[in-house]
Amino acid sequence: MSPDLIAREGLPLPANVPARRLLVDADGWTAAAKQLHEAGACLLALWGADERERNGQFQVFAAFLLPDEVAVLQLAVAGERPLYPSLEPWFPAAARMQRAIRDLLGVAAEGGDTRPWLRHGGWPEDFFPLRRDVDAAVAFPNAPQPYPFVRVDGEGVHEIPVGPIHAGTIEPGHFRFSVVGEKVLRLEERFGYAHKGVAKRFETLPLLEGHRLAARLCGDSTVAYAWAYCAALEAIAGAAVSPRAASLRALALERERIANHLGDLGALGNDAGLAFGLTQFSALKERLLRLNQELYGQRYLMDYVVPGGVRSDVGPRMVRQLLDEAAGIERDVAALRAIYDEHAGLQDRFKGAGQLTPSLAKALGALGLTARASGIGRDLRVAMPWAPYGELRPIGAMRMEGDVAARVQVRFDETMESLRLCRLLLETLPQGPTSVAIPGIAADRLGLGVIEGWRGPVLVALEAAAPSATRRCHVHDCSWQNWPLIEHAIIGNIVPDFPLINKSFNLAYSGHDG
Amino acid sequence: MTATVYFWQIGACACAIALAPLFAGWVAQCRAILQNRSAPPLWQPYRMLRKLFRKEATLAEDASWLFRGAPYVVFAAMVLAAAIIPSLTTQLPAARVADAIALVGLFATARVFMALAAMDIGTAFGSLGARREMMIGFLTEPALLMVLFNAFLMAGTTALPAIVQNTLAQSHLVLHPSLAFAAVAFVMVLLAENARLPIDNPSTHLELTMIHEAMVLEYSARHLALIEWASWLKLFNYACIGFTLFAPWGIATHGVSAGGIALAVLALVAKLALAGAALALFETGSAKLRLFRAPEFLTMAFLLAVLGLLVHLLLKA
Repeated sequence: MSPDLIAREGLPLPANVPARRLLVDADGWTAAAKQLHEAGACLLALWGADERERNGQFQVFAAFLLPDEVAVLQLAVAGERPLYPSLEPWFPAAARMQRAIRDLLGVAAEGGDTRPWLRHGGWPEDFFPLRRDVDAAVAFPNAPQPYPFVRVDGEGVHEIPVGPIHAGTIEPGHFRFSVVGEKVLRLEERFGYAHKGVAKRFETLPLLEGHRLAARLCGDSTVAYAWAYCAALEAIAGAAVSPRAASLRALALERERIANHLGDLGALGNDAGLAFGLTQFSALKERLLRLNQELYGQRYLMDYVVPGGVRSDVGPRMVRQLLDEAAGIERDVAALRAIYDEHAGLQDRFKGAGQLTPSLAKALGALGLTARASGIGRDLRVAMPWAPYGELRPIGAMRMEGDVAARVQVRFDETMESLRLCRLLLETLPQGPTSVAIPGIAADRLGLGVIEGWRGPVLVALEAAAPSATRRCHVHDCSWQNWPLIEHAIIGNIVPDFPLINKSFNLAYSGHDG
Repeated sequence: MTATVYFWQIGACACAIALAPLFAGWVAQCRAILQNRSAPPLWQPYRMLRKLFRKEATLAEDASWLFRGAPYVVFAAMVLAAAIIPSLTTQLPAARVADAIALVGLFATARVFMALAAMDIGTAFGSLGARREMMIGFLTEPALLMVLFNAFLMAGTTALPAIVQNTLAQSHLVLHPSLAFAAVAFVMVLLAENARLPIDNPSTHLELTMIHEAMVLEYSARHLALIEWASWLKLFNYACIGFTLFAPWGIATHGVSAGGIALAVLALVAKLALAGAALALFETGSAKLRLFRAPEFLTMAFLLAVLGLLVHLLLKA
């Protein structure tokens, strides 16, 4: 249930899920945050905007997930004194987002960590790239600065720095372990190496082209991001996609979820030394991707979701092929699941490793798959179903243990459920057009798109400017909330278990760094 | 002692050096087939050696003579070990100089140099690998010695050729329960010593989980080639120790003739093929143990070897 304040004063906000917006001042910001915290809300995204050319103010937006709706707080911050109250006391996940807002906009939260987060010396400390009066083309010599990691003192304590360049083909991120022997006392992460300035780039794109950039923020969630962008755009425009297009989008999203879960399940086996699992699951994933290539013309379904609908239709022959494939994958996954479940060596590695207790997950605001493995059964497809999920009635997965084994089981459960949803979607595919035209869009309207991707919710907050231009677009990945969880889950584990634990979360680098 | 004996001694060493990469290639091929992957060619390790020897060696700025010298020491230790182990013939002049206990010492020398070299350049992964390697080493050495003591007691000598001759002299096949215990313990030691699953994962790219690989991360070109070659030789040597102790059939004993050696080579290749396939099968089915389960695994190996000794001493079996 929503807190009184939101229920009383919230204004409806265009979105694909129930959403309300509340304009607050600094006191109201803190009061609302407290109320939301008590109501069990968790922070979904936090971003800022430069409105000085209009009213001399900055805006800070905070989106919260309530059990059945999204609440957005909007706070005006004076342009000459850009400071606002920190959300960290109630929502620890806000810490890194607040640091990112300061790096990009120069709007700082009071108190807290003053180290930069996304700024690695690519631009000076007094330069704020996301401000509207800043030219995106201006370049600075790269001047990396030392970053003070928190030191752990004690006899025999030493540090192991890992990354940002890793041995495997993975994205950049730095992990600083403080260990005694093999036991991890503390892990500190550092990201931002893959920051590309996506938010600034969005401002130069026409509204009807932004989905292509959104789809490229994080390749493994391309369908989720493109859908979130299109959902926000369609919400602002007041356009509704046809039932057929909605079903085809859901089919693509579920295929993305299956592909990623299959890849992760194989990689988790491999990280525990069972290369057999990797080859089997990789073969399954490859089968799915090749069928994508054959039927959709793109292995990862990039640019399949477009404003107003989807790019191409699925014909009766394709339906049959997809159904056959789903049946085959279901059979093979069931067989492999039995092998995983009964492999003593594998289970010994999975069970108890990297445990994130339900209370900790709740306190830190875990989202998505990670949260569902730690007793927080929130799945937006179930909690606030947008079309077509209302009719599909998906069943959310949940485990209580919060260890690697639980995250493996949630992946298995969700893979099976997604296969069921795919079958249901294909069998009940409605007739109709696959795409509708987007009507003219009124300027200055804010819209939200929130989609439960395979990793967890992704959010796109889109604001239109003149008829077809983008005023701003904020894209948020749930990895922001979930990366800090690994710092907690690893404590007390041993160093050689970290890769397995990290893989069981499998969070985004590019999606996080923006 | 004639010159021929020395000729065969050198021949046995050359055979070990030449066959070791092939054995590694065979294990890799079996693993790939068992995992439904398309397998690399059998001679892939030779290609790797050729590639590495052609490359320019890069050294860390802080590398000392220890880092540069260690690959040669390790390789030499493995060649010397190959000289002592009667893989083809029991008439090895080198085996008179050094017995099986010296063999364990040779392995230890290689290990110590490898660990020191890994720490020499001062990277986090090097010292991490070195300390894990020493932990595994101090658990495997006693277990290996216990396994060897089983064979020593049975044959009444610490010389490996004499053990082979003793076994082959028996007119009929006798199953010794004590040797069965020792054989299981030996396989466990072999897996741990050669950085195989379930103790170490030879094919991982995750630095934090590595043991042997973490120590050699900074090596390149000819140094890396020697280290890789040495680790294949080590696996080959271990396999040959296993054959010596538990399946010596085919090894040439009485006099040394070209025919006898040819037969011994055939027998060795057949045994290696079987052992390699078995190793791959075992590895494919296992997950890697959590690092701190390794002591339990190796303590088990030690216990089994001790049980073998007790069975022999108390039951005379």
